[in-house]
Amino acid sequence: MSEAIFRLRNLRKEYQRRLVLDISYLEIYRGEILVVVGPNGSGKSTLLRLLNFLEPATSGEIEFMGHSIPPGAPVGLHLRRQVTMVFQQPALLNRSVLANVSYGRKVRGMPAQNGAMTRLLERLGLASLAGSHAPNLSGGERQRVALARALAFQPAVVLLDEPTANLDPYNVSLIEGLIRDLNREQGTTMVLVTHNVFQARRLGHRVAFLLNGQVVEIAPAEQFFTAPQDARTRAFLNGELVW
Amino acid sequence: MRRRRFLFAGDSAAGQPAQEEAAIDTLLQGLRQAVHLILSLDPEVLEIAGLSLRVSGTALAISVLLGVPLGAALGLRRFTGWSFLRLMLYTGMGLPPVVVGLFVYILLSRNGPLGALNAALIPRLFTPAAMITAQTLIIFPIVTGFTMAALLGVDPLLRQQLFSLGATPWQATLTLLVEARAGIAAAVAAGLGRALAEVGAVMMVGGNIAGETRVLTTAIVLETSKGNFDVAIALGLILLAMALVINFVILQLEERFFRPL
Repeated sequence: MSEAIFRLRNLRKEYQRRLVLDISYLEIYRGEILVVVGPNGSGKSTLLRLLNFLEPATSGEIEFMGHSIPPGAPVGLHLRRQVTMVFQQPALLNRSVLANVSYGRKVRGMPAQNGAMTRLLERLGLASLAGSHAPNLSGGERQRVALARALAFQPAVVLLDEPTANLDPYNVSLIEGLIRDLNREQGTTMVLVTHNVFQARRLGHRVAFLLNGQVVEIAPAEQFFTAPQDARTRAFLNGELVW
Repeated sequence: MRRRRFLFAGDSAAGQPAQEEAAIDTLLQGLRQAVHLILSLDPEVLEIAGLSLRVSGTALAISVLLGVPLGAALGLRRFTGWSFLRLMLYTGMGLPPVVVGLFVYILLSRNGPLGALNAALIPRLFTPAAMITAQTLIIFPIVTGFTMAALLGVDPLLRQQLFSLGATPWQATLTLLVEARAGIAAAVAAGLGRALAEVGAVMMVGGNIAGETRVLTTAIVLETSKGNFDVAIALGLILLAMALVINFVILQLEERFFRPL
């Protein structure tokens, strides 16, 4: 787990001259599960959006799979297609579960369905729902469809923005299990944003604490939770208000 | 086309029940006449209906070809002047046909800015081309505006999600158009309805010339003014039947062919 798939250097993002992200240096290793925790408004979702190339940084550099991408520079489709994101609120197509899950495959010119995808649907308990109208599903089912859709084309990196927020324990367990299994079996790099420190501990190989757009501390999960170095990290983990 | 003058009971000294009876009789006569005109394939009616279809269909096709991409662009992008454009578009959706007719009439009249050019591509007044021009100006803002509104109604997160799933801008736009297909079908149906029902502008720039520029709506006005209510009702029913068939086709297309990637 030593090769970096992402390298962020002096990365800054401003919205209307308000600095929301300011990362001097961050490496994300190939095949790891990096969990990013932090209070509301700390820049977690912005970080994921920049990693997904959904919007450009204001300044700095993102290096992805050895390619340097300056702010505003066009990102090649072949690179962009290596990363995908599961949003906190899944935006599903007004179509069947199968049409949603196969979307990423179809835009890549891949067959709509293959054995791996069938197994994925079964694993997520979606096989019997394949023909159902996706927007009519429950919250947990919708989030599972979103996750299946992101994994169906086997990207190198999956970004997860609080994928289990507002889900019941069964769905949380199912999704966490899949994240863990796919990371282990396929070596998919996962960057997970969550408010749930217990989930961070359960899933993360490394955990980063983001505060006011800056990485305060990043460490292997066990060390992060048992021996945090920074006082602000300790305060956050203790549930104290952090500014 | 058989012409028959109806006298309402109110025209004479008869009382209220007699008036109602005569009105119902007129309607029934109209229905019978409609069936007769349709089944007998009356050449004059066929010509009028055919011209209606040609004029409104061409205006609709032009409006859809230009309006759907423009409406999609306005629904998916924000730029300087976007709000002003939207205001203009929504105002255009309520354009009174007679104002459009007047505007086109002045433009295309022999001494008008375009008519004076006497160029081959400029439509002449009192021709189907002038009627198509007027109808296009009337329904283009409707098709564009409803298309824009349909795309504005699609979850904004979905567009980002599509990019995140690897869609190219073209694939994402196509998918969003398909997502908004019900609204776009409504835009086309609204444009068609407005075109088929339009009478003021086509009357002004077409002149309602028999065999040349007479369409169903102007023929209905003419027959009504002559007291041929049964013929007017028959033409109205044919117009409704045309709208019904075309809207059926639009909805079938929407349901069967506009499938997402």
